[in-house]
Amino acid sequence: MIAEYWTFIVIVIAGFLATDIWRWLGVFTGNRLDEDSEALYWVRAVATALVMAVTAKLIVFPNGTLAGSPLWLRLGAAGIGFAVFLATGRKVWIGVAVPMALLVAGLWWGGF
Amino acid sequence: MSPDSDDRNALSWFFTGMRGLLSLPALILLTSIVGFSAFALESGLTRAEAVFMSFAIWALPAQVILVGTMASGANIAACFLAVTLSSIRMTPMVASVIPEMRTRRTPIWLLLILSHFIAITSWVFAITTLRNVPREHRAIYFAGFGVTLTLTGTLVVAVFYDIVSAFPPVVAGVLFFLTPVYFNASIWASARQPVVKIAFVMGVVLGPTLALVTPKFDVLCAGLGGGTIAYLVDRIRRERLRAGKGDRR
Repeated sequence: MIAEYWTFIVIVIAGFLATDIWRWLGVFTGNRLDEDSEALYWVRAVATALVMAVTAKLIVFPNGTLAGSPLWLRLGAAGIGFAVFLATGRKVWIGVAVPMALLVAGLWWGGF
Repeated sequence: MSPDSDDRNALSWFFTGMRGLLSLPALILLTSIVGFSAFALESGLTRAEAVFMSFAIWALPAQVILVGTMASGANIAACFLAVTLSSIRMTPMVASVIPEMRTRRTPIWLLLILSHFIAITSWVFAITTLRNVPREHRAIYFAGFGVTLTLTGTLVVAVFYDIVSAFPPVVAGVLFFLTPVYFNASIWASARQPVVKIAFVMGVVLGPTLALVTPKFDVLCAGLGGGTIAYLVDRIRRERLRAGKGDRR
């Protein structure tokens, strides 16, 4: 009986609870912050740096098939794409389309 | 969608939030979830387990870590530790959105429920669009987006669980790249305060660097360290600006 549902119990305890306790803590913390407080400035900075650290790691250390592609290609595609995005008035679709096109072109040229 | 148009009722704001499902970030996330379903299948999870995990955790990095530790035969305490370390980032993410989302009367139980639907994609959605919604409708507007996105994502796992393995692997690789480049552009474009841009640069530089130094705590260190440095740099900048204005008077 227990063995049948064991995976679900692991998901509830080591997945759901392990993640949502931090979300709940965020609610209690955020609920006490004023929208223009110094503390919120700091929390925003920490949240942004965290998300960008995750993001940059996805480019530098990707999982799966992309892990076999050269680092310079991924950095170049993301970097040049971001520069074009900044230079052309910061439209999000340009910031997505240019790096994707560069990556596909690079993979194709490199014989992937 | 101007903050003045609060003649619309709550339900219509729920549907406006729901429509966010057709936005670029939501579609990008749904494609990464297709990748997760393939990973879950390869790691030996049943369809029901993968679906349940997607809904119960709703944070792709935590899901990938849990599947990985479970597959390696780790016990439940080790799984809990690995997942919880990766999820600490939820606290500042949720805490930075809550002050913009609530009114004085928003009940805490509602915020606790809504917090489950905050992950990176809906966090970006919240910091980008909440400011265009009248304050009293922001929670219901976010619910419209967040709940719909989670349910759709869960449905995607159910449907794609055994389909993806038929795709050529390079397709998954290219799709994988969508997520980071989308975050790069959208987070920078949504940054109204210089502190966010400084923190952006700190995170990009420190994330991969610290991954080489402290692989277990890299994201946490990059976030706390980089965020604090960004805050201090911005604080000095603001004080100089204030002092400069004082001199001129």
